[in-house]
Amino acid sequence: MHTSTLIILLLGLMSLAYYFGRKRSLSLVGGKVRDLHSLPSYYGMQTAMWCGIPALILLAFWLSFEESVVTGMVVESLPQEVQNLPPERLDLVLNDVRNLSQGDIVSSTVDQTMQQAADHYTSLMSISHMALFVVALSVAILAGLWAQRTITREQRARNRVEKAINFFLLSSSTLAIFTTVGIVLSVLFESVRFFQQIPVTEFLFGLEWSPQTAIRPDQVGSSGVFGSVPLFAGTMLITLIAMIVAVPIGLMSAIYMAEYASKHFRTLAKPVLEVLAGIPTVVYGFFAALTVAPFFRDLGTDIGLTVSSESALAAGVVMGIMIIPFVSSLSDDVINAVPQAMRDGSYGLGATRSETIRNVIIPAALPGIVGGVLLAVSRAIGETMIVVMAAGLSANLTANPLEAVTTVTVQIVTLLVGDQEFDSAKTLAAFALALVLFVITLALNMIALHIVRKYREQYE
Amino acid sequence: MNETSAATPGLAEETEAAAGTVQSTDATVGEIYVDDPRMTCRNVNVYYGEKQAIFDVSLDIGKNQVISMIGPSGCGKSTFLRCLNRMNDTIDVCRVTGQIKMDEQDIYDGGLDVVPLRASVGMVFQKPNPFPKSIYDNIAYGPKIHGLSDNKEHLDSIVESSLQRAGLWEEVKDRLDQPGTGLSGGQQQRLCIARAIAVSPEVILMDEPCSALDPIATAKIEELIDELRENFTIAIVTHSMQQAARVSQRTAYFHLGKLIEVGETDQIFTSPRHKLTEDYITGRFG
Repeated sequence: MHTSTLIILLLGLMSLAYYFGRKRSLSLVGGKVRDLHSLPSYYGMQTAMWCGIPALILLAFWLSFEESVVTGMVVESLPQEVQNLPPERLDLVLNDVRNLSQGDIVSSTVDQTMQQAADHYTSLMSISHMALFVVALSVAILAGLWAQRTITREQRARNRVEKAINFFLLSSSTLAIFTTVGIVLSVLFESVRFFQQIPVTEFLFGLEWSPQTAIRPDQVGSSGVFGSVPLFAGTMLITLIAMIVAVPIGLMSAIYMAEYASKHFRTLAKPVLEVLAGIPTVVYGFFAALTVAPFFRDLGTDIGLTVSSESALAAGVVMGIMIIPFVSSLSDDVINAVPQAMRDGSYGLGATRSETIRNVIIPAALPGIVGGVLLAVSRAIGETMIVVMAAGLSANLTANPLEAVTTVTVQIVTLLVGDQEFDSAKTLAAFALALVLFVITLALNMIALHIVRKYREQYE
Repeated sequence: MNETSAATPGLAEETEAAAGTVQSTDATVGEIYVDDPRMTCRNVNVYYGEKQAIFDVSLDIGKNQVISMIGPSGCGKSTFLRCLNRMNDTIDVCRVTGQIKMDEQDIYDGGLDVVPLRASVGMVFQKPNPFPKSIYDNIAYGPKIHGLSDNKEHLDSIVESSLQRAGLWEEVKDRLDQPGTGLSGGQQQRLCIARAIAVSPEVILMDEPCSALDPIATAKIEELIDELRENFTIAIVTHSMQQAARVSQRTAYFHLGKLIEVGETDQIFTSPRHKLTEDYITGRFG
């Protein structure tokens, strides 16, 4: 029988427990709810939780330890010479045993001992499953019965349920935090492996990026140089272009929306602007690669400039367009948060609208706007799809926006696409890049959030 | 039109009526004209969309006088005040009819620019609203946008004299570069008054300038208003009848968008001629 069947059974038991717990609380006071400490449904929930939670925790622990316990028992049953194999070889054998018992493809030839071990494994697993079934169900029933029997009219069921809900909510939020920590750690460990092969200084300060490492000594074009400066320079160049496009347009459209636009226009234009934010980045990507980049190239030819057909300019401009709604909606919020009293004070002195905006509103909203722009920058740095399609792959160290450059995210994608060996510096470089990128965007986000929060405190 | 249930037509015309005997709200009781008006308002109506907020108000605002406007909440006194420098323009749905003249110039004339109007009719608001700038820049803001100063020294002297006239100079002269928002509430409000003075207005409108302040700060502002009367014409909206009695020469009583009674402050507070005025100042409602 399958684990999911067990979970469904447990859920069924929980609803039964709810019903009986509620019923018992009512019968204790003869249907007079007022005499109970808590509402009957709380007694029901309390019983259901006693029934379900211990059994589910048991299930979780059982499943996480089952595999290793059973494997250990199988290893003990193997002949001595197999047990004495080095750990990696033993792992391979055990893998075969598992595959054999599940009917998958086996790497070595199947002999008598292997077959026996596989049978042993299968039987142990099925025993473990049966035992789990019996134990979990009996724990659920016993705990549920106990909880139902011990209900009294003074029992503070509501408070206990509240506490349990509190705990559930807490564990959900810690789950999100632990996921982040997990991602960081996995990136960190792989990066450490990378830095064991390539020195940190070379990675951070090297001016040349050419990650092809040789598998055979005679391979062509396999220099294996990991200087990340050109990648970060490319990223910064494209981000800069994107911000040059996005900040003025976004800010000005926010000012227009917040200060000048009629209500009618605002209700019409705001959703349209936000559609920009809803376009998948891959669509922006081919817009950049197929429309904007050729346009810039042709324009360049017309005025006598050589523009590469995959240019930082095209990618940056399109990325800037993508970020406009981001900048404008954040700025719009902070401009609207400037108190009306500030405007009144300025208008009352005879300032015109643009004077008021320039001298009073923008300075008052500036911290919020800067925070919004920094968030947009970290968005631009992490953006991948547009640059993959429009910026190119050649790691040029250049400040010329008309040339092709490549970015950190593009290189991570190209390093990890396809079949990869996870012990070569080439693949591991992706994790080192990701780590640095993560640190940069994290720092930007923290600065931005700090600025935004500081600003909010000012007017509340 | 009959907000009072016992409106008795005819009594409004009796000019020599005894205290509190007029009950009709059809016409304003008392003397709406003054000999030397700075601003004259005739038949002013204000609408917020469909809703009418001010009904047919006519009132003169005398030169170098303080006129206070009192009345229960929502009676339209602030709305009327905001008509005098066209601050209601900033509200989309607001519409003003009638005539408001300042020194024979119709301020609602289509060709009139509101910028010089607001420079000559300054405003102080209910809540102190210094800009998030330094004390100096708060005062210098108005002179700068109107080009009133020729050079830095001149601007400095405008800032100093404005702060002195607002009675704030001694308290802030050593920290002019500190943010204006860091001052206490009363100081902030005097900063706002100094800011209004800095553009040399002729009229200063004050919309409940002390309602967010403690009694000591209030006393300072009231003293200041009395001093400012020498050079400026002041219209003040207030909820405090004591304040109206202390600072103003004339008092106008508003009720449900109508100007019920206007007259010398002494007369309004000692022998009101309209029933509603009497009820309000004796504390029967409001």
